[in-house]
Amino acid sequence: MINAKIHVRFKSGVLDPQGTAIKGALKHLGFEEVEDVRVGKLIEIKLDAASKKDAEGQIKAMCEKLLANPVIEDYSFELSL
Amino acid sequence: MKCAVIMFPGSNCDVDCYHACRDVLGQPTEYVFHKEKFSPGDFDLIVLPGGFSYGDYLRAGAIARFSPAMDSVVKAAEAGKLILGICNGFQILLEAKLLPGAMKRNRDLKFHCHDIFLRVENSNTPFTGLYKKGEIIKMPIAHGEGNYFADRDTMEKLKARGGVVFTYCDRDGNVTEEANPNGSVENIAGIVSEQGNVLGMMPHPERCAEDILGNTDGRRVFESILQYVEGSVAHGR
Repeated sequence: MINAKIHVRFKSGVLDPQGTAIKGALKHLGFEEVEDVRVGKLIEIKLDAASKKDAEGQIKAMCEKLLANPVIEDYSFELSL
Repeated sequence: MKCAVIMFPGSNCDVDCYHACRDVLGQPTEYVFHKEKFSPGDFDLIVLPGGFSYGDYLRAGAIARFSPAMDSVVKAAEAGKLILGICNGFQILLEAKLLPGAMKRNRDLKFHCHDIFLRVENSNTPFTGLYKKGEIIKMPIAHGEGNYFADRDTMEKLKARGGVVFTYCDRDGNVTEEANPNGSVENIAGIVSEQGNVLGMMPHPERCAEDILGNTDGRRVFESILQYVEGSVAHGR
């Protein structure tokens, strides 16, 4: 069994409304040093794959087909046994 | 004109769209369930209604776009049939890549449910033939993810070909930041595909299509479509 941790986030340059709101809240709480906040998603997937290489191909395909929208989002992932 | 309204799990404007096509416009209309397939020749107009298909889980429209009915919608779009995506329907069209760009959560993260003013930027589409270019109309919006985004390159191409159909404006027609309810790039409220047969819009024309609703500004979207389709039949297009 392979565990995949997939991070999906807005591409740099794409304004992040949630990040902007959280930044405002943090400033309001006195965390003046906060310069930027970006919010992403963490998606954890367990999959049955013959090898890490196979899993990598599968996860990449999942990201490109469904999990990330390439127009506004980037993704990265880590695999572990 | 034969109309279809696609029902996704979570659609909630399907009945309104069905009513607009069948009762207001007086055209034969059918529901198509998300698991059903159909042929490109079956319908002249396919409406993707508003709502929260598949709960908007992951991203609005991301899961709906893989439903069997959407395979048929894509084929119908390629065959030149008219596709009208309203609100969640617009989001699904973006995810299906039938229209360029993507949708983000509203700039202020609030769900906006109120009337807005729109400027008709392109009246030379099958969906807007009965409006005047530059006309100011009023329509209701109801969405949490209507913040349209496209990169600079896409925007330039979109504008160059007249792809922007509706923009948010104030009551005098000024396209201002204050009149933009969701943060959409360049106040975009509706766009049309390169071939001109696929329209996506966030406002709800079906909710302002008859006198009893207190506003009939949306009715001409449906009447324009009917006129276009009947004209196509008459001209053998």
